[in-house]
Amino acid sequence: MVMIAPVTADTVRSLLADVSDPEIPTVSIVDLGLVHRVRVEDDRIAVELLPTFVACPALEIIRSTAADALAPLGRPVDITFTFAVPWTTERLTDDGRAGLRRAGIAPPAAPADVRCPFCDAADSVMDSLFGPALCRSLHYCRTCRQPFEAFKPI
Amino acid sequence: MTGSPGFEPLAMDFAGAGDGRERAIALLLLTMADDEFVIGFSDSEWTGIGPILEEDVAISSLAQDELGHAQALYGLLTETVNDERDSDAWAYDRPPEGYVHARLLDHPRGDWAATIARRFLYDTADDARLAALTGSSQRALAELVAKIRREERYHLMHVQTWIERLADAGGESRARLTAALEAMGPDAGTVLAPIPGEPALVRHGIVTESFAAMEAGWRDGVAATLRRLGLPQLPPTADPIHARSGHSDAFRALHHEFTLVRHSEVGATW
Repeated sequence: MVMIAPVTADTVRSLLADVSDPEIPTVSIVDLGLVHRVRVEDDRIAVELLPTFVACPALEIIRSTAADALAPLGRPVDITFTFAVPWTTERLTDDGRAGLRRAGIAPPAAPADVRCPFCDAADSVMDSLFGPALCRSLHYCRTCRQPFEAFKPI
Repeated sequence: MTGSPGFEPLAMDFAGAGDGRERAIALLLLTMADDEFVIGFSDSEWTGIGPILEEDVAISSLAQDELGHAQALYGLLTETVNDERDSDAWAYDRPPEGYVHARLLDHPRGDWAATIARRFLYDTADDARLAALTGSSQRALAELVAKIRREERYHLMHVQTWIERLADAGGESRARLTAALEAMGPDAGTVLAPIPGEPALVRHGIVTESFAAMEAGWRDGVAATLRRLGLPQLPPTADPIHARSGHSDAFRALHHEFTLVRHSEVGATW
Protein backbone atom coordinates (compact mmCIF):
# COMPACT_ATOMS: atom_id res chain seq x y z
CA MET A 1 0.00 0.00 0.00
CA VAL A 2 1.30 3.43 -0.92
CA MET A 3 1.27 5.96 1.84
CA ILE A 4 0.57 9.45 0.63
CA ALA A 5 1.92 12.09 2.94
CA PRO A 6 -0.49 14.93 3.60
CA VAL A 7 0.19 18.00 1.54
CA THR A 8 1.38 20.91 3.66
CA ALA A 9 2.65 24.40 2.92
CA ASP A 10 6.17 23.00 3.33
CA THR A 11 5.48 20.39 0.64
CA VAL A 12 4.44 23.18 -1.68
CA ARG A 13 7.49 25.30 -0.84
CA SER A 14 9.86 22.39 -1.41
CA LEU A 15 8.37 21.82 -4.87
CA LEU A 16 8.63 25.54 -5.63
CA ALA A 17 12.30 25.40 -4.57
CA ASP A 18 12.89 23.51 -7.84
CA VAL A 19 11.42 26.32 -9.94
CA SER A 20 14.19 28.54 -11.29
CA ASP A 21 13.97 32.13 -12.26
CA PRO A 22 13.56 31.97 -16.06
CA GLU A 23 16.41 34.44 -16.61
CA ILE A 24 18.70 33.26 -13.78
CA PRO A 25 18.64 29.45 -13.82
CA THR A 26 20.95 29.21 -10.78
CA VAL A 27 18.41 30.83 -8.44
CA SER A 28 15.06 29.36 -7.42
CA ILE A 29 11.99 31.49 -6.91
CA VAL A 30 12.09 30.50 -3.22
CA ASP A 31 15.68 31.75 -2.80
CA LEU A 32 14.78 34.85 -4.75
CA GLY A 33 12.16 35.51 -2.08
CA LEU A 34 9.22 35.58 -4.47
CA VAL A 35 6.98 33.28 -2.43
CA HIS A 36 4.80 35.43 -0.19
CA ARG A 37 2.11 33.04 1.04
CA VAL A 38 1.09 29.45 0.53
CA ARG A 39 -2.36 28.19 1.51
CA VAL A 40 -3.26 24.54 1.26
CA GLU A 41 -6.96 23.79 1.25
CA ASP A 42 -8.80 20.53 0.67
CA ASP A 43 -9.88 21.45 -2.81
CA ARG A 44 -7.07 23.78 -3.96
CA ILE A 45 -3.65 25.24 -3.36
CA ALA A 46 -3.21 29.01 -3.40
CA VAL A 47 0.20 30.58 -3.84
CA GLU A 48 0.86 34.30 -3.73
CA LEU A 49 4.04 35.54 -5.38
CA LEU A 50 5.71 38.95 -5.25
CA PRO A 51 6.89 40.50 -8.53
CA THR A 52 10.48 41.75 -8.35
CA PHE A 53 9.62 44.67 -10.64
CA VAL A 54 6.07 45.70 -11.58
CA ALA A 55 6.87 45.41 -15.28
CA CYS A 56 8.90 42.18 -15.05
CA PRO A 57 8.09 40.36 -18.30
CA ALA A 58 8.93 36.96 -16.77
CA LEU A 59 5.89 36.86 -14.48
CA GLU A 60 3.69 34.76 -16.73
CA ILE A 61 6.49 32.26 -17.33
CA ILE A 62 7.10 32.02 -13.58
CA ARG A 63 3.41 31.49 -12.99
CA SER A 64 3.11 28.65 -15.51
CA THR A 65 6.37 26.95 -14.43
CA ALA A 66 5.28 27.09 -10.79
CA ALA A 67 1.87 25.65 -11.71
CA ASP A 68 3.58 22.79 -13.56
CA ALA A 69 5.80 22.09 -10.54
CA LEU A 70 2.74 21.77 -8.30
CA ALA A 71 0.71 19.65 -10.74
CA PRO A 72 1.85 16.33 -9.13
CA LEU A 73 -0.07 17.32 -5.99
CA GLY A 74 -3.25 16.68 -7.97
CA ARG A 75 -5.16 19.73 -6.80
CA PRO A 76 -6.21 22.85 -8.65
CA VAL A 77 -3.50 25.46 -8.17
CA ASP A 78 -4.21 29.16 -7.99
CA ILE A 79 -1.08 31.28 -8.44
CA THR A 80 -1.45 35.03 -8.15
CA PHE A 81 0.89 38.00 -7.92
CA THR A 82 0.41 40.48 -5.13
CA PHE A 83 1.86 43.80 -4.00
CA ALA A 84 0.70 43.16 -0.42
CA VAL A 85 4.29 43.65 0.64
CA PRO A 86 6.85 45.09 -1.76
CA TRP A 87 9.48 42.62 -2.92
CA THR A 88 12.88 43.92 -1.88
CA THR A 89 16.38 42.57 -2.36
CA GLU A 90 16.44 41.88 1.38
CA ARG A 91 14.28 38.87 0.59
CA LEU A 92 17.11 37.08 -1.23
CA THR A 93 18.45 34.15 0.78
CA ASP A 94 22.17 33.39 1.15
CA ASP A 95 21.71 30.56 -1.35
CA GLY A 96 20.03 33.03 -3.66
CA ARG A 97 22.97 35.42 -3.41
CA ALA A 98 25.41 32.57 -4.10
CA GLY A 99 23.27 31.51 -7.08
CA LEU A 100 23.44 35.02 -8.51
CA ARG A 101 27.25 34.94 -8.32
CA ARG A 102 27.30 31.58 -10.12
CA ALA A 103 25.27 33.20 -12.91
CA GLY A 104 27.87 36.00 -13.15
CA ILE A 105 25.63 38.56 -11.45
CA ALA A 106 26.83 40.47 -8.38
CA PRO A 107 24.34 40.26 -5.50
CA PRO A 108 22.62 43.52 -4.57
CA ALA A 109 24.78 45.93 -2.57
CA ALA A 110 25.36 49.65 -2.20
CA PRO A 111 27.39 50.81 -5.26
CA ALA A 112 30.61 51.08 -3.21
CA ASP A 113 30.19 47.54 -1.88
CA VAL A 114 29.56 45.74 -5.15
CA ARG A 115 32.08 42.91 -5.64
CA CYS A 116 33.00 41.37 -8.98
CA PRO A 117 31.17 38.03 -9.34
CA PHE A 118 34.14 36.60 -11.25
CA CYS A 119 37.21 37.54 -9.15
CA ASP A 120 35.53 38.93 -5.99
CA ALA A 121 37.55 42.16 -6.23
CA ALA A 122 36.01 45.28 -4.75
CA ASP A 123 37.63 47.63 -7.28
CA SER A 124 34.83 48.14 -9.80
CA VAL A 125 32.91 51.05 -11.32
CA MET A 126 29.24 51.32 -12.18
CA ASP A 127 28.80 52.05 -15.89
CA SER A 128 25.02 52.38 -15.87
CA LEU A 129 22.11 52.20 -13.46
CA PHE A 130 20.20 50.29 -16.13
CA GLY A 131 21.13 46.95 -17.61
CA PRO A 132 19.78 44.19 -19.82
CA ALA A 133 16.91 43.52 -17.41
CA LEU A 134 14.93 45.89 -15.17
CA CYS A 135 16.50 44.33 -12.07
CA ARG A 136 20.14 44.84 -13.07
CA SER A 137 22.82 47.53 -13.41
CA LEU A 138 26.08 47.46 -15.41
CA HIS A 139 29.56 47.46 -13.86
CA TYR A 140 33.21 47.05 -14.83
CA CYS A 141 35.82 45.23 -12.76
CA ARG A 142 39.16 47.03 -12.78
CA THR A 143 40.95 44.01 -11.37
CA CYS A 144 39.99 41.24 -13.82
CA ARG A 145 38.86 43.72 -16.49
CA GLN A 146 35.48 42.12 -17.02
CA PRO A 147 32.20 43.92 -17.48
CA PHE A 148 29.53 42.41 -15.24
CA GLU A 149 25.95 42.88 -14.10
CA ALA A 150 24.74 43.48 -10.55
CA PHE A 151 21.30 42.94 -9.12
CA LYS A 152 19.94 46.37 -8.19
CA PRO A 153 19.18 47.01 -4.54
CA ILE A 154 15.49 47.86 -4.35
CA MET B 1 -20.79 71.72 -14.84
CA THR B 2 -17.80 73.71 -15.92
CA GLY B 3 -15.21 70.92 -15.72
CA SER B 4 -13.08 69.94 -18.68
CA PRO B 5 -15.02 68.36 -21.53
CA GLY B 6 -13.05 65.14 -21.41
CA PHE B 7 -13.95 64.32 -17.84
CA GLU B 8 -17.70 64.37 -17.61
CA PRO B 9 -18.49 61.73 -20.24
CA LEU B 10 -15.78 59.58 -18.65
CA ALA B 11 -17.09 60.01 -15.15
CA MET B 12 -20.53 58.97 -16.43
CA ASP B 13 -18.86 56.05 -18.12
CA PHE B 14 -17.93 54.61 -14.72
CA ALA B 15 -21.52 53.46 -14.17
CA GLY B 16 -20.37 50.20 -12.60
CA ALA B 17 -18.12 52.03 -10.14
CA GLY B 18 -20.80 52.74 -7.56
CA ASP B 19 -20.88 55.87 -5.42
CA GLY B 20 -18.97 59.12 -5.67
CA ARG B 21 -16.02 57.70 -3.78
CA GLU B 22 -15.58 54.81 -6.20
CA ARG B 23 -15.99 57.07 -9.22
CA ALA B 24 -13.43 59.50 -7.86
CA ILE B 25 -10.98 56.63 -7.31
CA ALA B 26 -11.63 55.38 -10.84
CA LEU B 27 -10.87 58.77 -12.33
CA LEU B 28 -7.70 59.15 -10.22
CA LEU B 29 -6.49 55.71 -11.34
CA LEU B 30 -7.29 56.50 -14.96
CA THR B 31 -5.37 59.79 -14.91
CA MET B 32 -2.33 58.11 -13.34
CA ALA B 33 -2.46 55.09 -15.65
CA ASP B 34 -2.84 57.26 -18.75
CA ASP B 35 0.09 59.44 -17.65
CA GLU B 36 2.34 56.41 -17.19
CA PHE B 37 1.12 54.77 -20.38
CA VAL B 38 1.63 57.81 -22.59
CA ILE B 39 5.08 58.75 -21.28
CA GLY B 40 6.11 55.09 -21.34
CA PHE B 41 5.02 54.58 -24.91
CA SER B 42 6.44 57.90 -26.04
CA ASP B 43 9.85 57.30 -24.44
CA SER B 44 9.98 53.76 -25.85
CA GLU B 45 10.46 55.40 -29.25
CA TRP B 46 14.12 55.87 -28.22
CA THR B 47 14.71 52.13 -28.18
CA GLY B 48 17.36 51.46 -30.80
CA ILE B 49 18.19 55.12 -31.40
CA GLY B 50 19.28 56.32 -27.93
CA PRO B 51 22.17 58.83 -28.00
CA ILE B 52 24.62 56.28 -26.56
CA LEU B 53 24.24 52.55 -25.93
CA GLU B 54 23.88 52.88 -22.14
CA GLU B 55 21.16 55.49 -22.57
CA ASP B 56 19.36 53.39 -25.14
CA VAL B 57 19.19 50.65 -22.51
CA ALA B 58 18.30 53.09 -19.73
CA ILE B 59 15.46 54.89 -21.50
CA SER B 60 14.08 51.55 -22.68
CA SER B 61 14.09 50.32 -19.07
CA LEU B 62 12.42 53.51 -17.86
CA ALA B 63 9.76 53.18 -20.55
CA GLN B 64 9.21 49.53 -19.68
CA ASP B 65 8.80 50.43 -16.01
CA GLU B 66 6.20 53.08 -16.85
CA LEU B 67 4.23 50.71 -19.07
CA GLY B 68 4.29 48.14 -16.25
CA HIS B 69 3.02 50.75 -13.79
CA ALA B 70 0.29 51.69 -16.27
CA GLN B 71 -0.74 48.06 -16.62
CA ALA B 72 -0.94 47.61 -12.84
CA LEU B 73 -2.94 50.85 -12.46
CA TYR B 74 -5.34 49.88 -15.28
CA GLY B 75 -5.64 46.55 -13.43
CA LEU B 76 -6.78 48.33 -10.24
CA LEU B 77 -9.12 50.42 -12.39
CA THR B 78 -10.82 47.32 -13.83
CA GLU B 79 -11.45 46.10 -10.26
CA THR B 80 -12.96 49.47 -9.33
CA VAL B 81 -15.07 50.00 -12.45
CA ASN B 82 -15.99 46.33 -12.67
CA ASP B 83 -17.40 46.15 -16.18
CA GLU B 84 -16.41 44.02 -19.17
CA ARG B 85 -13.25 46.04 -19.95
CA ASP B 86 -9.85 44.54 -19.14
CA SER B 87 -6.53 46.42 -18.85
CA ASP B 88 -5.83 46.17 -22.57
CA ALA B 89 -9.27 47.50 -23.42
CA TRP B 90 -8.55 50.54 -21.25
CA ALA B 91 -5.11 51.01 -22.77
CA TYR B 92 -6.00 50.57 -26.44
CA ASP B 93 -9.72 50.84 -27.15
CA ARG B 94 -10.47 54.50 -26.48
CA PRO B 95 -10.45 57.28 -29.07
CA PRO B 96 -7.71 59.91 -28.55
CA GLU B 97 -10.12 62.30 -26.80
CA GLY B 98 -10.96 59.57 -24.26
CA TYR B 99 -7.47 59.69 -22.72
CA VAL B 100 -6.99 61.83 -19.64
CA HIS B 101 -3.20 62.15 -19.43
CA ALA B 102 -1.74 65.52 -18.49
CA ARG B 103 -1.06 68.05 -21.26
CA LEU B 104 2.67 67.93 -20.43
CA LEU B 105 2.64 64.50 -22.06
CA ASP B 106 0.98 65.87 -25.19
CA HIS B 107 4.32 67.35 -26.20
CA PRO B 108 6.15 65.27 -28.79
CA ARG B 109 9.12 63.24 -27.63
CA GLY B 110 11.42 65.74 -29.35
CA ASP B 111 15.21 65.60 -29.05
CA TRP B 112 17.12 64.11 -26.13
CA ALA B 113 17.06 67.38 -24.19
CA ALA B 114 13.26 67.58 -24.56
CA THR B 115 12.92 63.98 -23.41
CA ILE B 116 15.08 64.69 -20.36
CA ALA B 117 13.24 67.95 -19.60
CA ARG B 118 9.89 66.19 -19.77
CA ARG B 119 11.08 63.24 -17.69
CA PHE B 120 12.42 65.68 -15.09
CA LEU B 121 9.15 67.61 -14.89
CA TYR B 122 6.98 64.50 -14.98
CA ASP B 123 8.97 62.25 -12.64
CA THR B 124 9.26 64.91 -9.96
CA ALA B 125 5.53 65.73 -10.20
CA ASP B 126 4.64 62.04 -10.22
CA ASP B 127 6.78 61.58 -7.12
CA ALA B 128 4.75 64.26 -5.31
CA ARG B 129 1.56 62.48 -6.31
CA LEU B 130 2.87 59.07 -5.23
CA ALA B 131 3.97 60.54 -1.89
CA ALA B 132 0.39 61.68 -1.30
CA LEU B 133 -0.84 58.14 -1.98
CA THR B 134 1.61 56.26 0.22
CA GLY B 135 -0.73 56.55 3.18
CA SER B 136 -3.89 56.11 1.10
CA SER B 137 -6.92 54.53 2.72
CA GLN B 138 -7.37 52.57 -0.49
CA ARG B 139 -5.12 49.66 0.51
CA ALA B 140 -4.48 48.07 -2.88
CA LEU B 141 -3.44 51.45 -4.25
CA ALA B 142 -1.17 52.20 -1.27
CA GLU B 143 0.50 48.80 -1.70
CA LEU B 144 1.09 49.29 -5.41
CA VAL B 145 2.40 52.80 -4.83
CA ALA B 146 4.89 51.51 -2.23
CA LYS B 147 6.25 49.16 -4.87
CA ILE B 148 6.28 51.74 -7.65
CA ARG B 149 8.16 54.28 -5.53
CA ARG B 150 11.04 51.87 -5.00
CA GLU B 151 11.44 51.72 -8.78
CA GLU B 152 10.87 55.43 -9.37
CA ARG B 153 13.82 56.19 -7.08
CA TYR B 154 16.05 55.01 -9.93
CA HIS B 155 14.14 57.18 -12.41
CA LEU B 156 14.75 60.24 -10.26
CA MET B 157 18.47 59.48 -9.89
CA HIS B 158 18.75 59.02 -13.64
CA VAL B 159 16.99 62.23 -14.59
CA GLN B 160 18.77 64.34 -11.96
CA THR B 161 22.10 63.18 -13.36
CA TRP B 162 21.05 64.05 -16.90
CA ILE B 163 19.56 67.44 -16.23
CA GLU B 164 22.76 68.43 -14.45
CA ARG B 165 24.88 67.02 -17.25
CA LEU B 166 22.99 68.92 -19.96
CA ALA B 167 22.88 72.16 -17.96
CA ASP B 168 26.56 72.05 -16.97
CA ALA B 169 27.73 71.14 -20.48
CA GLY B 170 26.84 74.62 -21.72
CA GLY B 171 26.65 75.34 -25.45
CA GLU B 172 24.13 73.45 -27.53
CA SER B 173 23.19 71.01 -24.73
CA ARG B 174 22.23 73.81 -22.40
CA ALA B 175 20.48 75.78 -25.16
CA ARG B 176 18.35 72.79 -26.14
CA LEU B 177 17.50 72.00 -22.51
CA THR B 178 16.53 75.62 -21.88
CA ALA B 179 14.35 75.70 -25.00
CA ALA B 180 12.60 72.48 -23.95
CA LEU B 181 11.95 73.77 -20.42
CA GLU B 182 10.54 77.00 -21.84
CA ALA B 183 8.28 75.12 -24.26
CA MET B 184 6.93 72.75 -21.61
CA GLY B 185 7.00 75.06 -18.60
CA PRO B 186 3.40 76.29 -18.89
CA ASP B 187 2.18 72.67 -19.07
CA ALA B 188 4.45 71.22 -16.36
CA GLY B 189 1.90 71.70 -13.58
CA THR B 190 -0.86 69.88 -15.46
CA VAL B 191 0.22 66.58 -13.87
CA LEU B 192 -0.88 67.93 -10.48
CA ALA B 193 -3.84 70.07 -11.60
CA PRO B 194 -6.94 69.28 -9.50
CA ILE B 195 -9.19 66.58 -10.96
CA PRO B 196 -12.98 66.25 -10.62
CA GLY B 197 -13.75 64.20 -7.56
CA GLU B 198 -10.83 65.64 -5.59
CA PRO B 199 -13.04 66.60 -2.61
CA ALA B 200 -14.20 62.98 -2.31
CA LEU B 201 -10.61 61.74 -2.63
CA VAL B 202 -9.48 64.04 0.18
CA ARG B 203 -12.54 63.40 2.37
CA HIS B 204 -12.08 59.62 2.19
CA GLY B 205 -8.32 59.75 2.70
CA ILE B 206 -7.61 58.30 -0.76
CA VAL B 207 -5.06 61.09 -1.18
CA THR B 208 -3.48 62.48 1.98
CA GLU B 209 -3.10 66.01 0.65
CA SER B 210 -4.82 68.21 -1.91
CA PHE B 211 -3.49 68.56 -5.42
CA ALA B 212 -2.75 72.21 -4.64
CA ALA B 213 -0.54 71.13 -1.71
CA MET B 214 1.19 68.49 -3.86
CA GLU B 215 1.82 71.09 -6.54
CA ALA B 216 3.21 73.64 -4.07
CA GLY B 217 5.70 71.15 -2.64
CA TRP B 218 6.70 69.98 -6.12
CA ARG B 219 7.22 73.57 -7.35
CA ASP B 220 9.51 74.34 -4.41
CA GLY B 221 11.70 71.36 -5.19
CA VAL B 222 11.85 72.03 -8.94
CA ALA B 223 12.54 75.73 -8.38
CA ALA B 224 15.53 74.87 -6.18
CA THR B 225 17.02 72.59 -8.85
CA LEU B 226 16.44 75.10 -11.66
CA ARG B 227 17.93 77.93 -9.58
CA ARG B 228 21.02 75.88 -8.73
CA LEU B 229 21.56 75.09 -12.41
CA GLY B 230 20.76 78.64 -13.58
CA LEU B 231 17.84 77.41 -15.70
CA PRO B 232 14.60 79.34 -16.34
CA GLN B 233 11.92 79.04 -13.65
CA LEU B 234 8.52 77.50 -14.38
CA PRO B 235 5.60 79.83 -15.08
CA PRO B 236 2.17 79.08 -13.55
CA THR B 237 0.11 76.40 -15.28
CA ALA B 238 -1.65 77.65 -18.41
CA ASP B 239 -5.36 76.76 -18.60
CA PRO B 240 -5.45 74.31 -15.64
CA ILE B 241 -9.15 73.61 -16.27
CA HIS B 242 -8.25 71.79 -19.48
CA ALA B 243 -5.12 70.18 -18.05
CA ARG B 244 -6.19 66.74 -19.23
CA SER B 245 -8.37 67.26 -22.29
CA GLY B 246 -8.19 68.51 -25.86
CA HIS B 247 -5.12 66.59 -26.93
CA SER B 248 -2.45 67.60 -29.43
CA ASP B 249 -1.73 66.34 -32.95
CA ALA B 250 1.46 64.80 -31.55
CA PHE B 251 -0.66 62.69 -29.21
CA ARG B 252 -3.05 61.74 -32.02
CA ALA B 253 -0.09 60.47 -34.02
CA LEU B 254 1.19 58.54 -31.00
CA HIS B 255 -2.31 57.11 -30.42
CA HIS B 256 -2.40 55.95 -34.02
CA GLU B 257 0.90 54.13 -33.44
CA PHE B 258 0.03 52.44 -30.18
CA THR B 259 -3.40 51.25 -31.31
CA LEU B 260 -2.25 50.02 -34.72
CA VAL B 261 -1.49 46.41 -33.84
CA ARG B 262 -4.51 46.03 -31.56
CA HIS B 263 -6.85 47.29 -34.27
CA SER B 264 -5.26 45.43 -37.16
CA GLU B 265 -7.02 42.24 -36.03
CA VAL B 266 -9.75 42.97 -33.52
CA GLY B 267 -10.07 40.33 -30.82
CA ALA B 268 -6.86 38.51 -31.73
CA THR B 269 -4.62 37.18 -28.97
CA TRP B 270 -1.04 38.25 -29.61
